[in-house]
Amino acid sequence: MAAIAVREVSKHFGSFTALDRVSIDFPDGGFYALLGPSGSGKTTLLRIIAGFEFPDSGHVTVDREPVESVPVEKRDVGMMFQNYALFPNMTVFDNVAFGLTVRHLASDEIRRRVGEVLELVRLTGLEGRKPHQLSGGQKQRVALARAIVIEPRVMLLDEPLSALDKALRVEMQVELRRIQREVGITTIFVTHDQEEALTLSDRIGMLRDGALVQEGAPGEIYERPSSVFAATFLGDANIFQGTAEAGGLRLADGTLLAVSDNAGAAQSQLAVRPEKMWLQRSDDTPAEGTNVIEAQVSQHIFAGSSVTYLLDWQDQTLKVFAQNRGEGVLPLGERVRICWSPAHSVPVEP
Amino acid sequence: MSRRRLPLTSLGRVYLGAVLLFLYVPIIVMAVMSFNASQLYRLPIEWSGVWYERLAGNAKLIDAGLNSLGVALVTTVIASALGTLAAIAFFRYDFRGKKLLQILLFPPIAIPWLIIGTSMLIFFFWIGIGRGLHAMVLGHVALALPYVIIVVSARLKAFDPHLEEAARSLGASQWQTLRYVTLPFLAPGVIAAALFAFAVSFDQFVISYFLAVPGVSTLPVEIYTAIRKGFTPEINAISTIIICLSMAVLLGVARFYKFGGER
Repeated sequence: MAAIAVREVSKHFGSFTALDRVSIDFPDGGFYALLGPSGSGKTTLLRIIAGFEFPDSGHVTVDREPVESVPVEKRDVGMMFQNYALFPNMTVFDNVAFGLTVRHLASDEIRRRVGEVLELVRLTGLEGRKPHQLSGGQKQRVALARAIVIEPRVMLLDEPLSALDKALRVEMQVELRRIQREVGITTIFVTHDQEEALTLSDRIGMLRDGALVQEGAPGEIYERPSSVFAATFLGDANIFQGTAEAGGLRLADGTLLAVSDNAGAAQSQLAVRPEKMWLQRSDDTPAEGTNVIEAQVSQHIFAGSSVTYLLDWQDQTLKVFAQNRGEGVLPLGERVRICWSPAHSVPVEP
Repeated sequence: MSRRRLPLTSLGRVYLGAVLLFLYVPIIVMAVMSFNASQLYRLPIEWSGVWYERLAGNAKLIDAGLNSLGVALVTTVIASALGTLAAIAFFRYDFRGKKLLQILLFPPIAIPWLIIGTSMLIFFFWIGIGRGLHAMVLGHVALALPYVIIVVSARLKAFDPHLEEAARSLGASQWQTLRYVTLPFLAPGVIAAALFAFAVSFDQFVISYFLAVPGVSTLPVEIYTAIRKGFTPEINAISTIIICLSMAVLLGVARFYKFGGER
């Protein structure tokens, strides 16, 4: 276990800037998600921490010791690859034992530790299988077991769940979290899947074009996105443009959208999450102190427990999630009011 | 996979028969005649092992055979090792002139051996290497290297470079990674390449002929010399032995090469 710190790390591939002065602290024992679209530099950062790539400038430290000059095999990292990279010529046992064998441990100790870790990932009994005889989920567990059996100081996961189908992915998310808690290893994982980042990690760093955009706990980063990008990449958001003013945002048509007093610096954009909004028929009286705008239902998507409405408002399409509480679905073309509390207006950078 | 069986037309049968006839009948006739006691191929055949006995007493041919075997084995070891490492380097690294080097591998396969042999003789003479078995090994290695690189590279195409990274992250040194991960994966390709190198060297006549010193030569050269002096059925006997060995080696290549393609 260890705390990892990345300081002012930059990396260029030719004229392409993969990372631009990124600094992140990965807390000891934490589960940290690096979230970003492809090309955002998240995998490059992971490979720099692992030692497969070297930063052009900046430092990586493990427990405050710089590791730039430490080769991969001495860094004590457990890496899990997107395609698992299991050794095809070896059995499950030999795959998991590999890291111990190359360290020349005694064979009965190897057998004991491999047995323990296979029990942890619930693969006991499959020791003699070859990788091509395993299902996707089993391969993933072998890759995980192989990485943790060496008791690394840090676990690095590169899109570990992207090759699995949806049902298996949810199951493996639960498993990964359970194993990480049991072992308590500092874990950094890379994903472009916002839901995976939210459910698995206790801290998220969002990357875009090689720069760290925002960092925080999942709830924090979801409720208080700092930019339009953060608001729309992590979850859905309705964005309003206008002029910043005391107490809120003045829209072009003169309406003032209120924000709460502690909302932070004024910006000329507001983000509002679709589930924070509710709809009212235009003849009902709006509640006191809420933001209200008039819009027209252009589409409704009924999903059983909830309904997603798309509404035309000025020249924009807004999205509202409504719980199915038995009021029925609003018909297309209906003029309605969209309401939300000022506390849920989040000023964001462009 | 089930394939539709094509009906063989009578023209097709004749054609196929002709190909097999011209390819194998001379070889079969030679093999059969090596067991005929008559030197003049007289029929009916009088079965005998006399030519094999004579061969056993022919020190020149035996020595040449051992030379051939030795040169082929040394060539195989050197060419397989160098070629495999070269293929790995081509696979793993991007460097200036890589494309040019890869392209330069092909011409030696296409240039007539007579020309390569002549130029090697002149060059070796000029820089002082001279002629002899050591010169033959040099020549054969140069000749076999492109084959090895091409065969091993074909196998490497299916290799996932993440496997090496995984091994390194698990604490394996570069050497351990090569030993336990890369080479086991490459093994079928390397074995096929080694058999190729052996065949290239063992069957080589032209270059060996140019680089042989009088008295120390390889089997193909010795056979050629013997035939020029006057044909004896001993040649049939040694040829039959060589054909059996060559066939065995090539069947080995076919087997491992197929394995390489399947996995």
